Amino acid sequence: MRVGCGACHAIPGIQGADGIVGPSLDTFARRSLIGGVVANRPGQLVRWVREAPALAPDTGMPAMPITENEARDIAAYLYTLR
Amino acid sequence: MTRKTRHILPSLAALALTGCEGGQSALAPKGVDASAIAQVGWVIFIGGGLIFALVLGLTTYAMAAPPERRRWAASHGFIIAGGLIFPVVTLTALLIYGLLLTGSVGRSAEAPTLRIDVTGEQFWWRVRYQVPDGGALDAANEIHIPVGQPVELTLRTADVIHSFWVPNLAGKLDMIPGQANRFTIQAETPGTYRGQCAEYCGIQHAQMAFYVVAHPPEQFSRWLSERREPAAQPVAESVRQGQDLFMKAGCGACHTVRGTPATGNIGPDLTHIGLRHSVGAGMWPNNAGTLAAWIASSQHLKPGNKMPSFDVLSGTELRAIATYLESLK
Repeated sequence: MRVGCGACHAIPGIQGADGIVGPSLDTFARRSLIGGVVANRPGQLVRWVREAPALAPDTGMPAMPITENEARDIAAYLYTLR
Repeated sequence: MTRKTRHILPSLAALALTGCEGGQSALAPKGVDASAIAQVGWVIFIGGGLIFALVLGLTTYAMAAPPERRRWAASHGFIIAGGLIFPVVTLTALLIYGLLLTGSVGRSAEAPTLRIDVTGEQFWWRVRYQVPDGGALDAANEIHIPVGQPVELTLRTADVIHSFWVPNLAGKLDMIPGQANRFTIQAETPGTYRGQCAEYCGIQHAQMAFYVVAHPPEQFSRWLSERREPAAQPVAESVRQGQDLFMKAGCGACHTVRGTPATGNIGPDLTHIGLRHSVGAGMWPNNAGTLAAWIASSQHLKPGNKMPSFDVLSGTELRAIATYLESLK
């Protein structure tokens, strides 16, 4: 919320997270691929939320101004969306 | 106490506390006018509470006391004193107190050290600093002021009635079509205070917010001279690509980035957008991600604002423009 992920991504039931630019994060924990590009594994996800363009050069998702620890926290949260 | 109220009470207390400490609250005055307004508010609130308790006590007494003890409450003298003289004296005193204390609200005895034009537009705030040495500096959705100095705001509107309100610093004043309303504010404490349009102005009225940042005076002078510089030319290749795309996509028809061919005047000036607190007039935190979201889906995020959604850009193009804007510091 503080970073504003919800401007692009929707999470049903979360106020302010209703973006349409990127995919909805509903049931993210069960998704096979992150961004349709890399396997949905914790290490990859932590990297993706911080610097998506390094994993998918054509993605529209920019590198985000967060620390490694914050990226881990966000990844942990995303894995609760089952 | 039932289980439910046990849960509700602490959260109500927490709500009351956060209400005082938040970035937008008339109960946490940080400006000269806001202090006067808060003081009047507390006097009325506490005084009204005491009088209410007194009336309840007398009513209970009149109903419950034995007849011979409560007879005095029915006398003409008591009714005239309590029902006529007391309210006339109290309300007159309150009126005089209120007029004396708030008579100077929005005005200052000293000449303002800085003049800023603020224009309400559906649904954002155009800001123009009238720099003391002549010249002007355009910005948007954020007003920077020096602490401890009166700053005169000239409030106008480009379309409908808006109202300028920063509860921590001052009262509100409407922006009326065809009229320039002058209003002096003075911050007492450095900090960042949220403001909000306080007159319903259309579909996105609730999302028409802004920030006032109060700096110590010497920091403010530095801030002002730095902001008057044109935007830095991009050094990194990726940022340069973003700048090219920004120009090619036609963003400059509506937006100005000083020092570039972008000189549009319809939307907010973007010369130093990378330094702002928010994207979309107080809607989102400011970073490349939210900037990209805004560019690609501004009509989804804030339907009815004048900027179209640029959903024709590819992922890399979108990211490049957002990265360029984020770099404008």
